[in-house]
Amino acid sequence: MGDWPILPVLVPFVSACLMLIAHGRLPAQRLMALVSAALGLVAAVQLLVAADAGTIAVYRLGDWPAPFGIVLVVDRLAAMMVLLTALLGLPALLMAMGGADAGGKHFHPLFQLQLAGLAGAFLTGDLFNLFVFFEILLLASYALLMHGKVGSEPGRVRAGLIYVVLNLVGSSLFLIALALVYGTLGTLNLADFARLLPLVAEDDRALVRTALALLAAVFLLKAAVLPMALWLPPVYARAPAAAAALFVILTKVGVIMLLRLSVTGFGDAEVAAGLLMPWLPLLALATIIIATMGALAASRLVEIVAQLVLLSAGTMVFALGFSSVRGTAALLYYLPQSTLVCAGLFLLAAHLEARRPGLGDRLVRGASARGRGWLAPAYLVLAVGVSGLPPLSGFLGKLMLLQALGQDGWRLAWWGVLLGSGLAVTLVLARAAGPLFWQAKEMVAGPAPLADGLSRPAPLLALWLLVAAGPLLVLLAQPASDYARAAAEQLHTPQTYRDAVMPAGSSEAPAMRERRP
Amino acid sequence: MAIILALGIGLMMAGGVWLALRPRSFSVVLGLTLMSYAVNLLILMSGRIDRRVPPLALPGAEDLADPLPQALVLTAIVIGFGMTAFLIALALKALAVNRSDRLGEGAVPPGDEGKD
Repeated sequence: MGDWPILPVLVPFVSACLMLIAHGRLPAQRLMALVSAALGLVAAVQLLVAADAGTIAVYRLGDWPAPFGIVLVVDRLAAMMVLLTALLGLPALLMAMGGADAGGKHFHPLFQLQLAGLAGAFLTGDLFNLFVFFEILLLASYALLMHGKVGSEPGRVRAGLIYVVLNLVGSSLFLIALALVYGTLGTLNLADFARLLPLVAEDDRALVRTALALLAAVFLLKAAVLPMALWLPPVYARAPAAAAALFVILTKVGVIMLLRLSVTGFGDAEVAAGLLMPWLPLLALATIIIATMGALAASRLVEIVAQLVLLSAGTMVFALGFSSVRGTAALLYYLPQSTLVCAGLFLLAAHLEARRPGLGDRLVRGASARGRGWLAPAYLVLAVGVSGLPPLSGFLGKLMLLQALGQDGWRLAWWGVLLGSGLAVTLVLARAAGPLFWQAKEMVAGPAPLADGLSRPAPLLALWLLVAAGPLLVLLAQPASDYARAAAEQLHTPQTYRDAVMPAGSSEAPAMRERRP
Repeated sequence: MAIILALGIGLMMAGGVWLALRPRSFSVVLGLTLMSYAVNLLILMSGRIDRRVPPLALPGAEDLADPLPQALVLTAIVIGFGMTAFLIALALKALAVNRSDRLGEGAVPPGDEGKD
């Protein structure tokens, strides 16, 4: 396996630095961004192929053994998420080349840092290192959100300020949790953490439980679950389309980290018992309901899409609470298609906005969008995918979620909420298609010239790549669901993770390592 | 020593939370800064405030403090510094664009500028 695991972090990092040297030369930066995205994709595919053989690759930074140094761990889950990041990064980058990257000088370096932070967060096996990668991706996301000329958009600045403040509070909570973990368990390595968690001294139990609850709260804030969900729609609806497409995976970072923490970290440790059940599924259901109501009330297409991101976060977090192999497998099958389709809808909204002069993507009747002949089919494919209708893979994902979850009296609530929200989303998207595509009035005034470059090949290719993802995932349904199941099974045998990070021979070292008070 | 540190952390955190809940961006920035000071001290305390917990059980390494929390807190300080700088820049931008430093949707009504 060699040095492959570090590449998804290193390649964007180095290219971000090189781009700063090519400061102000946009064509050079674009070329570097494309090369970096392609290299990242190659590395991600290589990791996925290697991880699918079933071995867990561990990369020791500086060759320090596990509990002392930082490790990157490539299991099936991490490899899948890194590949998804790369697959999402390429269309978002192509979309940005339609002109969004010209609004300021540092779009491309920030974009690369965001990719590096995402890949690092998925790969790292160390809790403090996870915090560092979180901050890298958050700082990049703040700057991408505010990118370009924001002077004419007071709403975007206000939403951005609230987003930054909330995430800074989240970072403080994260640090408090890490300090408590280190102060009680004496380790920040996830595998070592999992080993020590059942051995917590009686006096430390309250502190450890506080730390675990704080960690869960931080990840739920990132994943946008009620009551910490309402920051998401205004921020995502106002971000530049290329950034919003990439932001779709930011909420998934929270979901995946909580999954990793609750399955690999908590294990069956008694000190963590009852931390997530039964309130987590309840909050998730409430999130789905709020998001559905938000989508019904939205007046612009991007606002609907932002609520759909929230809805999919709620759906995944519900699956997470039960910590069952089948539930996790369904979650991991549902996640990629939901991410790609929501990102595609953000791009579509931007394309529509550019083609409806004076109307944008607001759901009002008006002059027909130029080029709606090909935008409408794209909208149909994405809408079918996101609302979970057959024949696209959103349907398969929802079916798996419905079958896998909902035992012990949860069934009625789960089926009712998921199917009800699916129906409502279908109605919302069908209703939105009316003013956007069908009820177009004839133009009275002459068309305003297209102000931006969204009709260039790159942004169109970006949209079609994401539109194609839905049907492709149907064709690949068998391998994808096999992979999701294998990833879930690997995740739910945390012993393999621990053995890979800290081989049996080295387990004496931590025991004699420290004399904690 | 421990009780003073604990009280200090608690006081700073309380002040930080109170300031962060104010509706104006300047007090929120101050509040977040206070909170990050409290958190940094807490991280430092996670290594205990004595010199008898060396990180490795090496012979002769009896009289050493645990260096890991110090490394962690250094990282946290640097990150917090960068974040605060960005937040201040953004708050200034918001002040310039919205002509109000009030957080949230409602702008300050005219004639109400001085009050909170």
